[in-house]
This record gives sequence, structure tokens and C-alpha cells, in this order.
Amino acid sequence: MSTVKEFILLFVGAAFVNNVVLSQFLGICPFLGVSRKTNTAVGMGTAVIFVVTASSAVASLLHNYVLVPAGLAYMDTIVFIAVIAALVQLVEMILKKFIPSLYKALGVYLPLITTNCCVLGVALINVTKEYDLGRSVINALGTSAGFCVAIVLLAGIRERIEGNEIPHTMKGSPILLVTAGLMAIAFCGFAGLI
Amino acid sequence: MMNKYVERLYNGIIKENPTLVLMLGMCPTLAVTTSGSNGLGMGLSTTAVLVMSNLMISALRKIIPDKVRMPAFIVIVASFVTIVDLLIQGFLPALNDSLGIYIPLIVVNCIILGRAEAYASKNPVGLSIFDGIGMGLGFTAALTILGTIRELIGAGTVFGFQVMPDAYEPFSIFIMAPGAFFVLAILTGIQNKLKLKSATNVEKKEESTLACGGNCSDCIGTACAANRALLQMEKEDAKAVQGEALAKRINAFPENAASKEGSEKK
Repeated sequence: MSTVKEFILLFVGAAFVNNVVLSQFLGICPFLGVSRKTNTAVGMGTAVIFVVTASSAVASLLHNYVLVPAGLAYMDTIVFIAVIAALVQLVEMILKKFIPSLYKALGVYLPLITTNCCVLGVALINVTKEYDLGRSVINALGTSAGFCVAIVLLAGIRERIEGNEIPHTMKGSPILLVTAGLMAIAFCGFAGLI
Repeated sequence: MMNKYVERLYNGIIKENPTLVLMLGMCPTLAVTTSGSNGLGMGLSTTAVLVMSNLMISALRKIIPDKVRMPAFIVIVASFVTIVDLLIQGFLPALNDSLGIYIPLIVVNCIILGRAEAYASKNPVGLSIFDGIGMGLGFTAALTILGTIRELIGAGTVFGFQVMPDAYEPFSIFIMAPGAFFVLAILTGIQNKLKLKSATNVEKKEESTLACGGNCSDCIGTACAANRALLQMEKEDAKAVQGEALAKRINAFPENAASKEGSEKK
């Protein structure tokens, strides 16, 4: 029972308290770039959940059962980035062949994810915190769920902003950054949750 | 002859400043600029990686096959990042503690892959090194400025020295996460106001049908340009497949096929 409780706390902590974009600044590029419309944001968020969880599981297995026993833990960064790049390709091919409906929905976002720093970031965080496979997967799930929540919320706000009168100076990315800042303040409120 | 090298430095630091003009590498820009010295440390580490990877990629530019250049670049960059990471862990433990996970994350910094793709893979070694130095210093300058502003307002210090009077109550929100967004928002707002050249200042020209919006100047990161080409290719493939299916359907009805042939003869 205590493990279940620990997993729930880990999930909530990763998703809300230490939100990956709003407090750790990983994956800012897609957060600001792909958040124009709610449905594209949902697509991106789902694709991130998929890739982050899969790559964290593989990276954790590789780290714990190959790199550490071989004394090659300093090779983490190189191995992880290669694994992520290969995995994204593989996921794309598998989806295309076996689950075409899911591929249709997520396909366009997959190539965009290789360069998303939250994928490598989560894998590295799992290693520095010395999580085992189960905790790594839960942490990855929580983190990517947090990303999904943040990007969908921002997209919703942006759709509202579109029709508003904004002073010329603040048009475009300044207002977007202010919005993200206000969201970050809101997410600071989760700090007392755990 | 020397002018070409000086021009590279000027280009990197002022004309195409990676952070303030091109808007690349936003993750470290926002994350580590809680103080001036953190910004400086991050900037210099990135500069070291950028110079070495530019050198290596430029030297190998005729050997690396075009098709696998992206994975090759990533492996080269990752190797240099590992070297820099180990050096910082060994000699600057304090910096290592404050930058933490963001040092290995230099691998996915768009500036480095962006320069590799846009410059080092097409130009000679000497110029590529200077391009790396210029871009690196531009990044360092921007990060140090951002860090100093946040530290001054958020903690009342500059590089750890108290500058504000004791009566000054620091706005600690500026060294927390939201402050990063606000300071950058104000800087880009000033750029907007003065109509300075910046990636975020470009008027939108065309509405693209790509899912990501297709406007790379709007999407922060050069890597998107590569992705865009890929997406475009996929779209064309899909269109071609659709066209074939349509042709097949038309040919399935002999009358249609006949009439088509007839019209072609005319």
C-alpha cells in the first residue's frame, strides 16, 4: 500500500508541483510553438506522453542493467540521445504499420519531438535521482501529463487572446510570455500540495 | 582576409544574436538565468561545446554522408558535451551544483545543431571556429544580461555583491520561474516597440496548412526548419498516394477510362 501512495505522490509531484515547462523550463520550444490551437496542442501533448514514457523506460533499463554494470555511466548523455532518436523513428514505423489510426493522429508531431529537450531531460532526471524502472516510468508519465496539461491550457488561453485588443508593443511573443508567466505563478500554488 | 573573421564575431554577438534576435535555445535561457554568474557559466560552457563541435563538424563536412548528417552531428555534439560536463564536475563543483541537469541538456540546445546545420557543415574550419566563438559570446552576453537583471531585481545583488540599499525589498518572484518569463517578455516587448529585428518581430506572411503552423520564425528553434522539410515531404507523399488511388478508381470504370483516353486524344 505504501508503494502505491509513493507512486501517486511521485506522479502528482512530477505533473503539478514541479511542472516540466512552467517550473523547470524543459520543452519551451514546442510549448510556445505548437500551442496556437487547442486540438494541435492535444495532439502534441499526447505524442509527448507516448514518447517520454517509452524513452524513459528504455533509458532506465539501459542505465541500470547495461551502463552501470559495465562502468560506463558517464556515457549516459550520448547513449540516451541516440536511443531517443532511434526510438522516435521506431515508434513512428510501428504506429504506421500496426495502429494507423493513432499514427494519423500523432504522426506529424513525432518528428518534432526528437529535439524536445524534455524527453532527454526526464531520462536524465530519472538517472540523477536513481529511480528504478517503476519509478522512472511513473515519473515520466507524471512529467509528460504535466506537459500536456500546460500546453493545452496555454492553447486555450491563446485562442481567447486572439480576438482581444492588445497594445502593439505587446503583440506576438511578449503577450505569450506574459501569459506563460502568469500560468507559472498559478502553478507555484501547487507547491504546498505535497 | 582578417575582416571575414571579425565579421563572423560581429554577426554572432550583435547582428544575429542567437538569444535576442534568433530566439534560439530558450530552455537554458529561461532556466539558468537566476543570477549573473549562473548565466555566465552556462554561456561559457555552451560556447566551449559550440566552438569544438563547429570545428569537428567543419573538418568532417566532406566525409559525413548527407543522409546521416543529423545523427552524426548529434553524436559529435553529445561527445563534446560529455567532456565539458566531466570537466565542470571535476574543477567547478559549485557551478555544477547550480546548473545541474542543464549541462548535459546542452546537447539539445538548438543553437548548436542550428549552427552545425546552417554554417559549420558548409564552411571551412577557420571561419566555423570564429562563427562558434561569435555565436557563443552572443549567447553568453544575452544570458549574463538576463541573469544580472533578474538577480538585481530579485535579490538586490549583482554577481553576488550587494548593490541595492538595505531598505530595498527584493521582488523574489524575479528569481523564481515566473520572473524568467516576465523579463523575457519585457525584453521582446522593447524589441517590438523599437521595431528591432527579431525572430518574433517578423510579420506573418503565409498561413501554412502544416499541423505545427508551419511558420518557423514563430516556432522557436532552427531544428523546426528540418522538421518542416520532413513534414512537407510527407504531405506530398500522401498527396501522391491519394492521386494514384483516384486514378485507379477512374480506371476501374471502363467507360470513364475510355472517355479519358478519348479526351486525351482530342
